[in-house]
Amino acid sequence: MSAKFTIDDLKRILREGAGTDETVDLDGDIAGSDFEELGYESLALLETGSRIEREYGISLDEDALADARTPAALVDLVNSHLAARAV
Amino acid sequence: MTNRRVVITGVGVTAPGTPGVKSFWDLLTAGRTATRRISFFDPSPFRSQVAAEVDFDAELHGLSPQEIRRMDRAAQFAVVTARQAVEDSGLEFSSVDPDRVGVTIGSAVGATMGLDEEYRTVSDGGRLELVDHRYAVPHLYNYLAPSSFATEVAWAVGAEGPSTVVSTGCTSGLDAIGYATDVIREGSADVMVAGATDAPISPITVACFDAIKATTPRNDDPEHASRPFDASRNGFVLGEGAAVFVLEELESARARGAKVYAEVAGYATRSNAFHMTGLKPDGREMAEAIRVALAQARLNPEDIDYVNAHGSGTRQNDRHETAAFKRSLGEHAYRVPVSSIKSMVGHSLGAIGSIEVAASVLAMQHDVVPPTANLHTPDPECDLDYVPLVARDWRTDAVLSVGSGFGGFQSAVVLADPGLVRS
Amino acid sequence: MSVVVTGLGVAAPTGLGVDAYWANTLAGVGALDRISRFDPSGYPARLAGEIRDFVDEDHLPGRLLPQTDRMTRLALVAADWAFADAELTPSDLPDYDIGVITASHSGGFEFGQNELRALWSKGGQYVSAYQSFAWFYAVNSGQISIRNGLRGPSSVVVSDQAGGLDAVAQARRQIRNGTSVVLAGAVDASICPWGWVAQLTSGRLSEHDDPRRAYLPFDEDAAGHVPGEGGALLVLEDGAHAAARGARVYGEIAGHASTMDPAPGRDRAPTLQKAIQRALADAGAVADEIGVVFADAAAVPELDRAEAEAITKVFGPRGVPVTAPKTGTGRLYSGAAPLDLAAALLSLREGLIPPTVNTRPSERYELDLVTGEPRRAHPRAALVVARGHGGFNSAVVLRAPDPS
Repeated sequence: MSAKFTIDDLKRILREGAGTDETVDLDGDIAGSDFEELGYESLALLETGSRIEREYGISLDEDALADARTPAALVDLVNSHLAARAV
Repeated sequence: MTNRRVVITGVGVTAPGTPGVKSFWDLLTAGRTATRRISFFDPSPFRSQVAAEVDFDAELHGLSPQEIRRMDRAAQFAVVTARQAVEDSGLEFSSVDPDRVGVTIGSAVGATMGLDEEYRTVSDGGRLELVDHRYAVPHLYNYLAPSSFATEVAWAVGAEGPSTVVSTGCTSGLDAIGYATDVIREGSADVMVAGATDAPISPITVACFDAIKATTPRNDDPEHASRPFDASRNGFVLGEGAAVFVLEELESARARGAKVYAEVAGYATRSNAFHMTGLKPDGREMAEAIRVALAQARLNPEDIDYVNAHGSGTRQNDRHETAAFKRSLGEHAYRVPVSSIKSMVGHSLGAIGSIEVAASVLAMQHDVVPPTANLHTPDPECDLDYVPLVARDWRTDAVLSVGSGFGGFQSAVVLADPGLVRS
Repeated sequence: MSVVVTGLGVAAPTGLGVDAYWANTLAGVGALDRISRFDPSGYPARLAGEIRDFVDEDHLPGRLLPQTDRMTRLALVAADWAFADAELTPSDLPDYDIGVITASHSGGFEFGQNELRALWSKGGQYVSAYQSFAWFYAVNSGQISIRNGLRGPSSVVVSDQAGGLDAVAQARRQIRNGTSVVLAGAVDASICPWGWVAQLTSGRLSEHDDPRRAYLPFDEDAAGHVPGEGGALLVLEDGAHAAARGARVYGEIAGHASTMDPAPGRDRAPTLQKAIQRALADAGAVADEIGVVFADAAAVPELDRAEAEAITKVFGPRGVPVTAPKTGTGRLYSGAAPLDLAAALLSLREGLIPPTVNTRPSERYELDLVTGEPRRAHPRAALVVARGHGGFNSAVVLRAPDPS
């Protein structure tokens, strides 16, 4: 039984670790938006990745993390790690 | 500005491996690397476990037990290296008015090593939020305020003129030399003891670079971990050390018959105003710093015989820098030898700029350019002559040395034989 | 060529913004109080000059907050205010024609404290991705450069509490080398347990609990200082550039010098007096021209004596009005001297010398210390003195703008 990582989990972690851009509504439909458009550059995503790893006890593949350009892609990536761990 | 000219008349180096100018130059010209698995603490919990460490015995270098106790490792490097430079210069400091002698020491991260250790103690291993002052070492203030590095050097050499630390991240070692040069040019001092030091190999530094994946995880092959311009590069290797110079006004150096290594003919710094750690691929601001430094030296790109690159071995830096060379030097960028000594001595943050200037003046002295070690398969986007693996006999009268750092700072120094510079 | 000041950005315990700061400084308001940012009861020193009315979110974007120490937040806002005060939009200048040069005392120490705690209590993987720059000494110049698009020559100097003047001097050098505008000064803040413990080892913190008797430079009861947080950033500009755009000029950075005291135990004199004399010479000024001195005011008897001697040797006993408004803010580390520059420029403009608060001047120092009410005067030039732990002395001479 693996914990499921949702877009709301991601939003919470983004807010805590990287803050929010006032011009972006994180509560809107952002799943398919590019992180750059949401105001999150490479450092913000590294911080976010590191927080996810700590909280969920997983180790994200570095290249895959860098390739996850949208919240939806990152949520999928985290869930694939969680699923792999559950096997 | 006046037309006072500034020359380097003394060199001191404490670099990874065995300290001292001679062993430093031997290491570089042999293309040997001083990178190894971190020995100062158990690095196994960390992503990057390699560094270029100095085998340094402070007592052997003449520091007294009290000096050792009150100084962080970086301050110890600075003092020992400054004394070397002073001795090398042959300048009798007792014969110079101390008011006319100043000190500029670059450092990116100050007394990080001391702070890391002391925090661990006063917080009892991180347990206490309200850290316990009763466990603080008496000289903790010297770690808090890295200006203590300038004080220690000034007191060691007897300087009473303008003295400060310059701290601009990874360009500190170039910017300290630029600062000292400006001070002599404007007439506020005749002699400056200038250089840079850093001793960052501590858990907090390793952890913070791990967090942004800036350092290499090539832990299974530490000797070949620093790979600037190579297609397989994946981050820099942390280093430590110091280089300090005696800078003098040209006429007074000549009057005393000093050995002149090089003139600090041009210096400029620009900022990318873009990102604290990121670089734009076009290298525009570094190119501008190079352009201004060359103009100040009244030299053309073709006059540059050797480029000492920042070459940190991160994915983005080496491309950024290659673009900057092409943009500023034009076709000459493809002809001039370019190399990164970080392949051998790692990246000692604020100190490395000065250590690279030391390598540059030694290249001028010996007419040999040091190689880029570990460069077997160049990144196709890094298509210049990076002097792979083997040092090269090469007539070197003018050198460009550049640096790039967190905060967006981009700096360039032009060193030249004084006879080459049109006054 | 002249280098002039055309904008001031102030973040001080006695006021955010130039107007609030100046009004409170003239009124002799003191901001020293028991530390509120952490529980100081276990420490021998318990007072500080805190900035209490600064709300980060009111001034800065949310994305910047997780990556900035308190001193950087204050500095970013002080920079905004300085440019607004100078009526200067950095993006209007040509490429590379504007830079930023700050001083730092100890970097983003509170940010560093929190990450050290994460490291040692939980492990390396808990250290923030922002630690690599958020605590380091260059962070304020870097972040100000990014926020305002400043791509000209920038730098950072660290010379303990004298650094703020050295930053201004370096900015003047860059302007003389051809850059039109440089934002210069310093903002410091390290009122956190780790910073406090480190500062305590200087042996210079006052252990009094009464804010009115804790920081008393040139007083018989002087027994150390009270630290504060904040500072000032100044828009420095090539005089011709300022004139061409019709900018209001506060005054000119007319002279500067800095010196280092000899190592203790050497049989050599301290060098503060030389720094003052050289700054005057650099300004082409004679002592009589200086209408007010803003003192370093260490409040350590031996250091007060050294400063008083340097001042009386240059200006004569009670030869010039001396003041130390930092008695109201506490010592702001490298932020202190730029804040004094701001106060001195306002003094030149308004013909009023703000008072030193709380001090009852000791006769032995032979200083004409301005206390109680602000003093009406018409100084045409001012001297600002700053000293740092470890022998740093720095002095700047300011001149009022030419009335024509």
